[in-house]
Amino acid sequence: MTATMTGSQFEGKAEVQPTPPNETGKSKLVEMSWDPITRIVGSLGIYTKIDFEAKKVAECYSTSSIFRGYSIFMKGKDPRDAHFITSRICGICGDNHATCACYAQNMAFGIKPPPIADMIVNLGEAAEYMFDHNIFQDNLVGVDFCEQMVRETNPSVLAKAEKTECPHAKDHGFKTIADIMRSLNPFTGEFYREALQMSRLTREMFCLMEGRHVHPSTLYPGGVGTVPTIQLFTDYLTRLMKYVEFMKKVVPLHDDLFDFFYQALPGYEKVGQRRILLGCWGAFQDPFECDYRYDHMTDWGRKMFVTPGVVVDGKLVTTDLVDINLNIRILLGSSYYEDWADKAPMFVHQDPLGNPVDKRHPWNQTTTPRPQKRDFGGKYTWVMSPRWLDKRTGDHLALDTGGGPIARLWATALAGLVDIGYIKATGQSVKIYLPKTVSKPEVEFEWKIPKWSNAIERDRARTYFQAYAAACALHFCEQAMQELYKGNTKTFTEFKVPNEAIGCGFHEAVRGVLSHHVVIRGGKIANYHPYPPTPWNANPRDVYGTPGPYEDAVQNTPIFEENGPAKFKGIDIMRTVRSFDPCLPCGVHMYTGNGKTLEVRHVPMFGAQHG
Amino acid sequence: MFLKGRQPMDALDVPFGRKTQRPSPVKEVHILWITAGLGCDGDSVSVTAASQPSIEDVLLGAIPGLPKVHLHNPVLAYEVGDEFMKFYYDAEQGKLDPLVLVVEGSIPNETIKSEGYWAAVGNDQNTGQPITTCEWIDRLAPKAFAVVAVGTCATYGGIHAMQGNPTGAMGLADYLGWNFRTKTNLPIVNVPGCPVQPDNFMETVLYLLYLAAGLAPVIPLDEQLRPTWLFGKTVHEGCDRAGYYEQGDFAHEYGSPKCLVKLGCWGPVVNCNVTKRGWMAGIGGCPNVGGICIACTMPGFPDKFMPFMDEPPGGSLSSLMSGAYGRVIRNLRRITNHSVNQEPKWRHPGGRLTTGYHPTTYRG
Repeated sequence: MTATMTGSQFEGKAEVQPTPPNETGKSKLVEMSWDPITRIVGSLGIYTKIDFEAKKVAECYSTSSIFRGYSIFMKGKDPRDAHFITSRICGICGDNHATCACYAQNMAFGIKPPPIADMIVNLGEAAEYMFDHNIFQDNLVGVDFCEQMVRETNPSVLAKAEKTECPHAKDHGFKTIADIMRSLNPFTGEFYREALQMSRLTREMFCLMEGRHVHPSTLYPGGVGTVPTIQLFTDYLTRLMKYVEFMKKVVPLHDDLFDFFYQALPGYEKVGQRRILLGCWGAFQDPFECDYRYDHMTDWGRKMFVTPGVVVDGKLVTTDLVDINLNIRILLGSSYYEDWADKAPMFVHQDPLGNPVDKRHPWNQTTTPRPQKRDFGGKYTWVMSPRWLDKRTGDHLALDTGGGPIARLWATALAGLVDIGYIKATGQSVKIYLPKTVSKPEVEFEWKIPKWSNAIERDRARTYFQAYAAACALHFCEQAMQELYKGNTKTFTEFKVPNEAIGCGFHEAVRGVLSHHVVIRGGKIANYHPYPPTPWNANPRDVYGTPGPYEDAVQNTPIFEENGPAKFKGIDIMRTVRSFDPCLPCGVHMYTGNGKTLEVRHVPMFGAQHG
Repeated sequence: MFLKGRQPMDALDVPFGRKTQRPSPVKEVHILWITAGLGCDGDSVSVTAASQPSIEDVLLGAIPGLPKVHLHNPVLAYEVGDEFMKFYYDAEQGKLDPLVLVVEGSIPNETIKSEGYWAAVGNDQNTGQPITTCEWIDRLAPKAFAVVAVGTCATYGGIHAMQGNPTGAMGLADYLGWNFRTKTNLPIVNVPGCPVQPDNFMETVLYLLYLAAGLAPVIPLDEQLRPTWLFGKTVHEGCDRAGYYEQGDFAHEYGSPKCLVKLGCWGPVVNCNVTKRGWMAGIGGCPNVGGICIACTMPGFPDKFMPFMDEPPGGSLSSLMSGAYGRVIRNLRRITNHSVNQEPKWRHPGGRLTTGYHPTTYRG
């Protein structure tokens, strides 16, 4: 459709408020879309209207073009199969789903795996974060900051980068910022290839614990099939220390790169900025505290090594998983589904503590697909709109995960609960301590709560969380070796599938909040609804008209790209969307239009025909 | 089956040695990789773990004899949106030639409803509506030198083609027809696995690139269109726990280092090399590291193997008879192996949905 596109993507969108004219009395809106967005996982399209005179995005719609129907075909299946099936939801963080499903199964079946089994899962999940953030940051997102891209979008920034010396050159070996950028060029860049190779080492670590990447073979409700041996943990630890060494280069490298963008492009903090509305569902169970019982969930949730929490406008609203659970609402509005709330049966009226459960809660959701034409004035995506009800205000908040790390570090920092030697949450920051490695001495990194929830800070947090996961892995490795030395090598707890039960699992998929809700009746799955991070981030306007986080973050993003409409690449929009680490098998796709001006008039309207 | 086609060059023509860098008869090959089936992109991600060869080995020309290879895969592409979709249109016009078309994800049945789409990529210029993945397969498969289905979704339908699914999903060969032939008379090449074992896929691609360059004979495939050298043996035949099986010494709970057959392992009847090869760099796998084989490479996956954690029917019988009645067991297993090498009957094209799901909001 390059250069030949006809027919507006926004046809039928007649009700849109007119864009106010700019100071020259004229407003030019150019329809720009990117579909598919590449260098993410899954199918996402981003459709925008851009005001090139005001240099900002006026309107944005996010759409996903894939539907598979897990909640439908899981009905009637054996509940023990849930983790094998749901792993297939996602091809990059499938193990997060398998893990979360096992958490939900453990609750429903009333079992607690032996501590060493939880440690093995924690080690596997830590390796997943180390792998996935690494490959996404430096092989997918990194390309948006590489020399080839910056040359094409902002030649003056590249010229400045050539002259800017890296403050941390001695730590990472790159003299100028442009040297870092060159090293990020896809396949030919040295650091690009090093990161890709490192993503293999971390996947080897993952396979040691969970058997296979990305759909694990050794996870079960009740424990793991992995055989704990001296060799297992030694093989893991020796690889981990190579990654720790790598982190000592990677963290300062990214700090230099990201700080440079603030410096080279004043105002860049506005790119991808949105209100601070962050959710984190917690990661890494404490093997000695978590019993997987719902009625103890508040307590063991707060013992997790990444603290669950909801952060609104910089304040920590809750760290209570029961509170988090009960206030999840699944809204429709712009999605291709039939509403269930007044038609379908309620599965769960009360949680095990006696609290009422809403009809729009995942336990009570019924998924009924209604395929139809895409209409940006009506229904335009397969993604639903998850929201979190803030009881203080009655608002259905469009929480985002910021791609995972920013929300995890923010909630963990504010809660100030994690203190395991290698990591300390201080109330305003998270400190990470890494030991000596082959060529580098021990280091301390400190992630400080940033001023903004924006594209650069989401990306920066990702790098810091890689170091956080490595530090956690060091702790888990020590714990596991102690268990092994004590002879506690049993990794599995027997169970029977109950006839009637409910369960829920809370975890952090690599790119953010993950929950699984299961209802068992007659020993079979009666209802199953997973909520991965991308539906939280990539969702459309809900029934109240509240846009989803991508839409919200892209709208009003200023444009710093030097290309005009004709050669526009949308790099600032790409950086915004990719900062959320989109992963659309669980939820979206971007499409670049031909750059034609749709309309030039004082009061532009959507839907006008154009050539 | 070896198919008629190019034969290996005779010994005098071998291109290696001092003249290794002489140009390949085919200068450039394009790999267009559609991930827009009903999948999870797990095969694309998995393949980034390959090291024998790695993606960069192939793209940067680190394997002798290969043409220049251009990979167009959305997970790794530099280009975005229309700039990326241009490769689809160029391929359709025959500008990317020779073309290796890789399809990832199950193929939904778009004909069971009156409007909308289950899976799509790119937009129709006239209607502004998304172009379905099926439409792209129809346009591109006839242009390809080779068509490869990667992962169990694309090969046989897999998880998204499970009983009760709403989309009528199926494998690529179900969609294009099992007798489909490319313009160079090659059948579809199936590399199953959920996800695909990284090196299994890259090795198959490497083979096809050699084939495109005239350096290899036609790829040997079995009846399920799998490369024979990768899928000719069972999980059990390669499993380092088979010794316990032989001694009748079985695991009775997960975490044991013994044979997992009684805990749900389907290894004895499943065609897969993961126990030999490991998952990556020789590390990991399935029963060899404590994971029951759930048969994720098989046409009958997942339905014929669920519930996964129950002992397979006949598992205890054959395990009791282990050793003494080898030939009887082999015959029994051959029958089971034949059955699980068939897909369930609801995976088919045409306007009817027969998965067991009864839609109320579309035709079905």
